[in-house]
Amino acid sequence: MSTDRPIFRHPQATKNSAGFSRKDYEGAISTLCAGCGHDSATNAIIQACFELAILPHRVVKMSGIGCSSKTPAYFLGRSHGFNSVHGRMPSIATGANMANRDLLYVGISGDGDTASIGMGQFAHALRRNLNLTYICMNNGCYGLTKGQDSATADRGSAGKKGVPNPYSAIDLCELAIELGASYVARGFSGDKQQLVPLIKGAFSHSGLAFIDVISPCVTFNNTSTSTKSYEYVREHIDSTNTFDFIPLQQEILAHYPEGTSQDVLMHDGSVLHLHKAESSKDVTSRRRAVDSLEEEKAKGRLLTGLLYVNQDIMETHDIINSTLRPLNTLKEADLCPGNAALKKIMEGLR
Amino acid sequence: MKPTDINNPEYFHKVIDCQYACPSHTPVPEYIRMISQGKYDEAFKINWISNVFPGVLGRICDRPCEPACRRTRVEENPVAICRLKRVAADFKTPGTDFLPEVPSEKNGKKIALIGGGPASLTVARDLLPLGYTVDLYDNQAKAGGFIRTQVPSFRLPEKILNEEVERILNMGVNSHFNYQVDSLKKIVDLGYDAIFVGTGAPRGRDLPDLPGRMEGGEAIFIGIEWLAGVLYRHIIRSGPRVLVLGGGNTAMDCCRTAKRLDADEVTVVVRSPKAEMKASPWEIEDAEEEGIPIIDNHSPLEFVIRDGHLVGMHFQKMTTEVDASGRRRLVPTDQPPVFMPCDQVLLAVGQSNAFPFIEPELGIKMTERGLPELDQITHQSTVPHIFFGGDAAFGPKNVITAVAHGHQAAISIDLFCQGKDLHDRPGPAVNLVSQKMGMQDWIYDSRVSIDRRHAVPTVDRVKSLHDRLMEVELGFSKKTGHEEASRCLNCDVQTVFEFSTCIECDSCVDVCPESCINFIDNGDEEDLRERLLVPADNTRQALYVSPTLPTGRVMVKDENVCLHCGLCAERCPTSSWEMIQFTYKCASAGEK
Repeated sequence: MSTDRPIFRHPQATKNSAGFSRKDYEGAISTLCAGCGHDSATNAIIQACFELAILPHRVVKMSGIGCSSKTPAYFLGRSHGFNSVHGRMPSIATGANMANRDLLYVGISGDGDTASIGMGQFAHALRRNLNLTYICMNNGCYGLTKGQDSATADRGSAGKKGVPNPYSAIDLCELAIELGASYVARGFSGDKQQLVPLIKGAFSHSGLAFIDVISPCVTFNNTSTSTKSYEYVREHIDSTNTFDFIPLQQEILAHYPEGTSQDVLMHDGSVLHLHKAESSKDVTSRRRAVDSLEEEKAKGRLLTGLLYVNQDIMETHDIINSTLRPLNTLKEADLCPGNAALKKIMEGLR
Repeated sequence: MKPTDINNPEYFHKVIDCQYACPSHTPVPEYIRMISQGKYDEAFKINWISNVFPGVLGRICDRPCEPACRRTRVEENPVAICRLKRVAADFKTPGTDFLPEVPSEKNGKKIALIGGGPASLTVARDLLPLGYTVDLYDNQAKAGGFIRTQVPSFRLPEKILNEEVERILNMGVNSHFNYQVDSLKKIVDLGYDAIFVGTGAPRGRDLPDLPGRMEGGEAIFIGIEWLAGVLYRHIIRSGPRVLVLGGGNTAMDCCRTAKRLDADEVTVVVRSPKAEMKASPWEIEDAEEEGIPIIDNHSPLEFVIRDGHLVGMHFQKMTTEVDASGRRRLVPTDQPPVFMPCDQVLLAVGQSNAFPFIEPELGIKMTERGLPELDQITHQSTVPHIFFGGDAAFGPKNVITAVAHGHQAAISIDLFCQGKDLHDRPGPAVNLVSQKMGMQDWIYDSRVSIDRRHAVPTVDRVKSLHDRLMEVELGFSKKTGHEEASRCLNCDVQTVFEFSTCIECDSCVDVCPESCINFIDNGDEEDLRERLLVPADNTRQALYVSPTLPTGRVMVKDENVCLHCGLCAERCPTSSWEMIQFTYKCASAGEK
């Protein structure tokens, strides 16, 4: 088994506007099972970072425990990272984010890490609308401990052991919309054409951007009876919309028939240019978003794409009115109001 | 595009760039692998079967394989294939146990070989094991032809040449040395079943019309004749100031030899720009390293004679002009002629064929260029039992081409003697061997070395300039040979894709360091080449296209810069990618 990749890259491979090649966003070679969906999700993150010309040293990647939480080792090898306790990625991310709001935070978690042991943490990160891209690589099973059903496994779905799951599934996207996330999307590791723009949109979003990535476990949950296999997902996938991510300072060139497109202006000036399957569906409406998810679910379909986005919900820093600057840039003069101010306060208390 | 037919042996053969580029199609990656494993005998044998003269070619081959090497498309320099061939020859155990058995009972067919160069010797080697009686005629005292008389000993020691030539002669060739064939009819009248003419391109071009050529006669030499004179020690000193005219490998051999015969000043003068010189880059490099200036864009005007002696030459400065149709041509400038003083001139301005011994009444048709009219594949002339090969066939080329001709002529002669159709030729022997060893391990060494090309050590240049018999290059040591061998990218280990088991998980796409693999909607070739992850603009390299997959897409792999690192197969959950060694062995005479 190879322990590293050859150093050579395609001689015609291009560089992005920051002067980095795609290789600069790669990490170590994956040690996950061959064919794991997580590797594709990882590569979608690399691709999104490359295309957005993100500076690697301005990114923080956080994770918990699980197969998915191993993946930060496989991308952005030149960025900061913290591999935390099982299910505790949101609190570590919150702490880091409070200390330095200027960095880009990418949280990687799995269905076990998010929907079981980390459910409490997940819920509170959502309702605080922490400025974090939260990517859940969702394979419906506990791959690291030999494939037991997880909390996101659909009722009736059976993995390699062949026993159908008797419990109801948690729909992480519905939960995220419900609990206050301001950008909610669902992707499929086998469809990078959709996944890469979803990640790029999430990176430019201010607030909690949650992406549920259906990412098949080839070893334990890729059977014909599983609802999270490559084959099943491909057959049952439906998309709310396709969209172009238009970074700031780039002209919108595509034109679509009236009523089928919707532009969402992001805080950093970028635009999400959506081409919708149905003109009635408005991604900025929370009720419509949940309705759409439920309608498709009733039809036995899996809805993917950008499900909900709301630029008006304030992110944590704005809610608590914290300083605009990273804490490490605050000097004594910023933190200590000075003798005169202190005296004045003391006077006021006499 | 239609799915690629990998059952066509030429598809994977083309992926092995070096082997494909070699006129003899030597299985380069396989012998390099043997060297990296220390199996020098096996490496030598692979070479010997394919190119007959590993020790010679490991030194003086034109190396068409090296510019073709995949490594040049990934980094700067190709694997030192030629020098690795020498490693195999240098470190093999002495002995001849790899030789095929030559039957003592002959098959009754008699073959004549005219000329004892590499083409003829190859025919002899291929036909002797089949029971043919082989008579060889050569006007020199020893066999070897051009590689003996014109390649100087500091590039190819006589000992090496003797070993490889004698190995073939000892297989049972009836040699007639110092035998000038001045009438092919006489040979025909001896009743041979087939005759092979491998007399090379023995005539060096002269400049007979240049003023002063007659008067300066004593001091002006034809390069290849002069080199032969040096070899046979008829010439032991050169003039103090030597001009060498010409920009080919013969010119390089002439100037370096002159330097070793105590010339004080040696200068090479070339008519065309330096970039267009015919000599191999490494030969030019060696000459320059020995302090020989190369002056380009100078066309000879006249030999200057004073008091009956050559004192120098006049040259016209040339320049390159691009005409309306975009063709480049050399034109004289209006600058006054340039005078270069000299005492001796060596002319290395080209070679041509000459067949003074072929009588017109034999019926061998000749072309306008003075070459025999031949079947391009069978090498058969218009007289059915007379065949041509080497430089005598299609004009001056190189040793490895002559060997390839010898193989083809031997196949033709064998078919001819059995009364079979010469165009119904035996095909290549191909084989596919899986390299899988456990889940994610390979039999071949799949790691990609990041070493840069290793330089070949040389003897002290000053010392070598005083001894024309001292070989300049020392060859790689076993250790350096191993390291250089590890640079080979194993292009013979093919990435073979089975579409029916693919689940389109993208793992191969994600892991491929060179972004070769794509899963996209099908289109015509031009369209596909543009739409790949990295556009495939090297159209000389094939696209590997699968049948349509369940999602309606196809797998398209650009073979151009694939490192054959095996990662796609390692990361494939269904073994839809497999690393399979493809061996391609050209047919030789006597095979079905």
